[in-house]
Amino acid sequence: MNTTTQKGMFGKEYAWRGIAVLCGLFVIALTLVIGAFLIYKGSDTFLKFGHTLWEFLGSAKWHPVDSAEGGGAAGALIFITGSLVTCGLALLIATPFALGSAIFMTEISARFGEKFYRPVVEIFAGIPSVVYGWVGLTVLVPFIRNVFDRQVGHSILAAGIVLAVMIFPTITSVSADAILAVPDACRKAAYGLGSTRWQTIRHIVIPAAAPGIISGIILGLARAFGEALAVSMVIGQTTALPKSIFSTTKTLTTEIASQMGNAMEGGELKSALWSMALLLFLVSLLFITLIHYFTNKGKAKAEGGKA
Amino acid sequence: MDKRIQRARRADRAMTGIFYGIAAFFFALLLAFTGKVIIGGLMGASPEMFAFARQGAIGNQLFNTVYLVFISLLVSVPLGVFAGIYLAMYAKPGLFTRFLRICIETLSSLPSIVVGLFGYLVFLVFMGMGKSLLAGALSISILTLPLITTTTEDAIKGLPAGYFQAGMGMGSTRWQAIFHVLLPACIPRIMTGVILAAGRGFGEAAALLYTTGSGSSLRWGNWDITSPTSPLNVLRPAETLSIQIWNLQTNAQDAALANLASAVLLLLVLLFNIGANAWSRHINRKNSGEKA
Repeated sequence: MNTTTQKGMFGKEYAWRGIAVLCGLFVIALTLVIGAFLIYKGSDTFLKFGHTLWEFLGSAKWHPVDSAEGGGAAGALIFITGSLVTCGLALLIATPFALGSAIFMTEISARFGEKFYRPVVEIFAGIPSVVYGWVGLTVLVPFIRNVFDRQVGHSILAAGIVLAVMIFPTITSVSADAILAVPDACRKAAYGLGSTRWQTIRHIVIPAAAPGIISGIILGLARAFGEALAVSMVIGQTTALPKSIFSTTKTLTTEIASQMGNAMEGGELKSALWSMALLLFLVSLLFITLIHYFTNKGKAKAEGGKA
Repeated sequence: MDKRIQRARRADRAMTGIFYGIAAFFFALLLAFTGKVIIGGLMGASPEMFAFARQGAIGNQLFNTVYLVFISLLVSVPLGVFAGIYLAMYAKPGLFTRFLRICIETLSSLPSIVVGLFGYLVFLVFMGMGKSLLAGALSISILTLPLITTTTEDAIKGLPAGYFQAGMGMGSTRWQAIFHVLLPACIPRIMTGVILAAGRGFGEAAALLYTTGSGSSLRWGNWDITSPTSPLNVLRPAETLSIQIWNLQTNAQDAALANLASAVLLLLVLLFNIGANAWSRHINRKNSGEKA
């Protein structure tokens, strides 16, 4: 046995193993640092400028001062409402269509779906959001202005439609995976009892795939919630609570995108914007927890336990 | 009884029709969307828009986009691949590994504007870089890191157990088995992940808004890497295609130019995504033993 080669061999093993562990540690450190920075920057609104959490979440008075003295009002309710309404509308539009497409490509036309429809849908998941925003601005906004006879076409409706088209591929492909995972025996049993295809889909396949479908919807929601530029192009950017789906308003992300560059470092406005970024971070954590909850529920269901 | 069956049959036929309708509608919508962006963008363009000029053209922006994504991959690929190797081969089940997975998931679901703000804070405010291509590239690296990590892990775990066992049976160390057997076998799969990551990087705008700035004055032929107008300098501001579209819609209204930029950006992303898709299909066929 040549001991020097062996020594080199094990030396290398430990060295490379060390590098792999370091990279794993780096990912953890990066996440923690991002979280820590957001908390550190976002807490100034409450600690340094003395705004209450209730004021931040529940008040629509948004006049933060762009200086370190503070004394303005930092109620982010307008942006929170804007985000919720646009994402809710996007989900309302996208979910039925996405579910229909997912069922079409798995249950109704499986060969065509697998070979052609799914690749196309997946490719569309990668279309940059600015392109969606730009097309929304040049096609959808004039369209809404003419059809509904409004003064401006920029509106929550436009933002909802743009987001719906954006998240449609995500919901479709995750739901299709969930539907494919339903065991074939379930379908055969249903057909054996004399069900039609629609009865099988409605009473057997969709309930069995429900946790996966909900995960897909939450993933889509998360993507819509974090989208900034496409929404700012079409939502019209006025600081007011929306009155109808034709109102112009702002969302958390659009306000951050438009104000962050102008705000003074260490000022009240900037702190309030950081608090909004922190809120976005917390909401995305919430979405992850929800997805975990539903995935576990789906697993329990598949194993035949009570779910 | 007969009526119920008839009703069920009618409902079945109606729903089948509706599903076909939905599928056809979205298929048409997606095709119309790309058709409009690509054909509309290219038709409305004039030849000088393709030039590498300071204003009114997309050449410099296209170069910036590709260069920025390249730099970001230089950082995120090694980090992501090693983290993936760690997860697939070295990690023992336990609290640490579970926490690492949660971290990766958190990173992958971060809104890109939050990543952009983080990049702005760390690279610009704390490290004093100034708006630069490098700051933007590093922000994009944060966005693509989780994707590359999970693809690598899945690729290694997807290999038959025999690969690793044979390596170990020959008396190799873990690392030798990884480096000489497992990695070569899953490089095509990892490449697919990298291509997808590049596609995501090309289209990213929110993360770059506060990190790269909007400079596009390059002097071609100036290869001095420290000069602010050299194309290769990573510390200069660099406007990418996506930021260009954003700027055009907020400032000037040169719609034809923005249309062209959208068309080129979309083509670039589609090319990469379709490429990745076709490649992974090819690998799957090859691995499942059919003639490829």
